[in-house]
Amino acid sequence: MPKYMLLIYTPVDGPPAGEQEADMAQWTEYTQGLQDAGVLVGADALHGLDSATTVRVRGGETQIVDGPFAETKEFLGGYYILDVPDLDRALELAARVPNVHYGSTEVRPVVDFSEQPAAGDPAQATA
Amino acid sequence: MSARDEWRPQAGDAAATVERVFREERAAVLATLIRHVGDFQLAEDAVQDAFAAAVATWRRDGTPSNPGAWITVTARRRAIDRLRRNRSVADRTERLAELARLDAQEHESAADGSAIDDDRLRLIFTCCHPALALPARVALTLRMLGGLTTSEIARAYLVSSSTMGQRLSRAKRKIAETRIPYRVPSDDALPDRLSGVLAVVYLIFNGGYAAAEGERLVRGELCSEAIRLGRLLARLMPDDAEVAGVLALMLLHDARRAARVDAHGRYLALDEQDRSLWDQGRIREGLRLLERALRMRRPGPYQLQAAIAALHVEAASAADRDWAQIAQLYEALGRVAPSPVIEVNRAVAVGFASGAGAGLELLRPLLGDPALDGYQPLHAARAELLRRAGDGPGAARAYLRAIELSANAVERAELERRLEALRS
Repeated sequence: MPKYMLLIYTPVDGPPAGEQEADMAQWTEYTQGLQDAGVLVGADALHGLDSATTVRVRGGETQIVDGPFAETKEFLGGYYILDVPDLDRALELAARVPNVHYGSTEVRPVVDFSEQPAAGDPAQATA
Repeated sequence: MSARDEWRPQAGDAAATVERVFREERAAVLATLIRHVGDFQLAEDAVQDAFAAAVATWRRDGTPSNPGAWITVTARRRAIDRLRRNRSVADRTERLAELARLDAQEHESAADGSAIDDDRLRLIFTCCHPALALPARVALTLRMLGGLTTSEIARAYLVSSSTMGQRLSRAKRKIAETRIPYRVPSDDALPDRLSGVLAVVYLIFNGGYAAAEGERLVRGELCSEAIRLGRLLARLMPDDAEVAGVLALMLLHDARRAARVDAHGRYLALDEQDRSLWDQGRIREGLRLLERALRMRRPGPYQLQAAIAALHVEAASAADRDWAQIAQLYEALGRVAPSPVIEVNRAVAVGFASGAGAGLELLRPLLGDPALDGYQPLHAARAELLRRAGDGPGAARAYLRAIELSANAVERAELERRLEALRS
């Protein structure tokens, strides 16, 4: 089955007035639900933006910069990787992410190189 | 974009048959082949191959007794060839086996009408999937289900063929990469998804109906395509009241298409139109559909709009319109689909039914909303109501504001004419 990554974005300034921030119990319950449904491949939460360090190598020189790669109003707070049959199912589960009523969840299919031995495939080129 | 994408039958008897089969059967053949091969682009290419082959073969050997079946079989064989060469398609081995099995069958099981209908619904729902951007949904629906080529769609939406080609390829790639499922949504998701499909169809219609002067020739085709899609949906989903409603609405508007413009290209309001130019056949069909929809007792925004359009065309003359009932329908519409557009229309109707003062009263809350300060129809409607209430200076100010906000030259000229009439 195809895999999808749900990228969990959350507003830098926290939820807007009148919205409750999703608490640990809600995240645990959501994650447990995915596990019980047998679709959870992996998941992690990330430390906050303050902890980010961005690395680039330019002209052979390593540049290390404190902070995220771009200034944004929403930042990546964590991810889930799910194993579900199609996009509709992935979108259904994304709509239940605990912070989705004030944050955003981006759904991206994970490339499966074993299934796509197409021309220009990097895995093939290096094989 | 390949040259084949622009292929269209050439003159000649065989070509005329191909043209007819192309218009009538392409979508159905394509819809079924997509299910079998699991890839939009590959199926589309194979169907194009089959139509190109038909031109040459039918001219040489004569037209087959069942042209649609010939296209189906040829497209499937071309798909097998393409699938053998294209290793990027998921489940390729299983799909090849299934296609080979179908090809070995003596009789065409695809003659099963309900299976073909199901495939066409799958195609419609997939083309209108909310994970695709709205312009992509519109383009894909026209390309896969309609009879327009990529460059015709590009012209209708005033973009270059290559831009439109990229928009279509990107949409097809997204369907393949993210695995947007090829199916009719489950019952709990169906109402939402169907209203998304109807929105795409009505958007296509409006693209043609609201076309400005210079664009009317290229964009008028969009109205016909939208009505064709509406008829297809009405046939595939005969028990849905809003499907019948949107088709009724389009037919009742389209019936007046020829009468909407005068000899100088100026748009005419309904009360200025020559009613003998209205298409009575379309009106009858629209009214019949609306009646059928209303009998299902599942009201919705398209049926309400169609009912309003019906009251406009059913009146013996423009002066005989039942404004009280029109106002009531706008009120009901505002409850199910609230928007300033509807509120302004309702105020105009109330202005005719109960006097200009009552209409102005309804505009008051809209005028207090800073977000609507730049909304041209609000000021144009207010100007008309003030004029009829006898407030000349107030009306003049509102006309000037509406003229200032008008983006369309024809509309601006009309407002200037009214302002002039007020002063004389």
